Amino acid sequence: MDNLAKVMIMIEDLISRMLRGDKRAAARLITLVENDDENARKIVKKIYRYTGNAHVIGITGPPGSGKSTLLDKLIKVAREESKIVGVIAIDPTSPFTGGALLGDRIRMQRHSTDPGVFIRSMATRGSLGGLAKATNDAIKVLDAFGCDVIFVETVGVGQIEVDIVKTADTVVLTTVPGLGDDIQAIKAGLMEIADIFVVNKADKEGVDATVFELEMMLDLEKEKWTKRGWRPPIIKTIATSTKGIQELWNSIKRHKKFLEESGEIKRKRKFRAEEEVKTIVSSMIAKRIGEKMREDELMYLIDRILSRELDPYSAAEVVLEKSLGVKV
Amino acid sequence: MVERSKVRIIVAKPGLDGHDRGAKVIARALRDAGFEVIYTGIRQTPEQIVESVIQEDADVLGISILSGAHMVLIPKILKLLEEKGLKPNKDVLVIAGGIIPPDDAQELEKIGVAKVFGPGSPIEDIITFIDENITKLRKFSA
Repeated sequence: MDNLAKVMIMIEDLISRMLRGDKRAAARLITLVENDDENARKIVKKIYRYTGNAHVIGITGPPGSGKSTLLDKLIKVAREESKIVGVIAIDPTSPFTGGALLGDRIRMQRHSTDPGVFIRSMATRGSLGGLAKATNDAIKVLDAFGCDVIFVETVGVGQIEVDIVKTADTVVLTTVPGLGDDIQAIKAGLMEIADIFVVNKADKEGVDATVFELEMMLDLEKEKWTKRGWRPPIIKTIATSTKGIQELWNSIKRHKKFLEESGEIKRKRKFRAEEEVKTIVSSMIAKRIGEKMREDELMYLIDRILSRELDPYSAAEVVLEKSLGVKV
Repeated sequence: MVERSKVRIIVAKPGLDGHDRGAKVIARALRDAGFEVIYTGIRQTPEQIVESVIQEDADVLGISILSGAHMVLIPKILKLLEEKGLKPNKDVLVIAGGIIPPDDAQELEKIGVAKVFGPGSPIEDIITFIDENITKLRKFSA
């Protein structure tokens, strides 16, 4: 039996065990989609029809704003309603060594022995949008595994790491008092993607000012919210003491209901599927170019760019024609 | 050699002592060596550690223990791993560090710990050991 057939048998075995609720098989599948594009392709093709049932909730916000602690408390309230909970918690990979220190799990460890909870740490491995490249496929594994709710905790973000909006049904943006003035609140980017705002560490000074600034920001777009039928609520929490957590969970559920009743979930999923296909196509093209274009051919082009005989656009045209046979 | 950034290492601290400076130094050094390190925090039960190994699909389990309870806790972890179908050093490489007397270390290495690293072990030794032994795991030999 050749290697490829062996891999296929292994994957099929893992999938059937995962569908029967085997956590170790689910964990192996996540590793496989994470480590190898070819395996990811094979696995997603097989499990896709079992997906689409989970409510995917993104938790994003600056480093140290309490995302993991909040998540720990949210897992608890979701479990009280007997939901099967999956968590993907993302931390950064070092741009210098390729190594990573994943520490989100520390805050949630009390749930690790709960049979209804699956927590997975993931490193960004070079992705810059707040998620890892394999996050979407890992979500599919947990969805097929039977999770009702999947929380995705992004890396600590700043202003533009907004990939979570392409991944989650509901985006929760956590902030804390004292991060900046009202101009920060009206800047483009991160502030626009929230379905729910959380002002965590609400026992700290300045919490009312932060809430007020967010309210003001939302007021500027009153018409948009009225038309859409959902104005992002702002919830004050103290994650270390569970204050505001039930209210947050209720808002998350209300948002899910809103998505379904307004039909927005369809629009979101359509957008997401489109984005996903585009991403896959561009990564397949990049890979194909890497395979077809010899290193010395590429270096020849680069040298000509350096000597100003060729410009970067013309070089790109040559690359596309040589590797994919397309003329641009 | 298996690419380090695809090797997932759990650094776990079982038992009741809360001194995790050593564990953090090791975790950080392994990160700098290019591994993916998952730190699970202090005061972990053997059950929590084993569940973390499963859910994270860890390749290496590094146990740091200073409390003196290693002859109770480490065998319990090994037993739980086996019960869950994870064979030490076939499915996950188990290493230990901390205050473990040589006799105990020998005993632990007989029952499934791949290697015990005592105080003052150079971090390079740990890294080399992982590089050299990770290929013995079933998932990397396939």
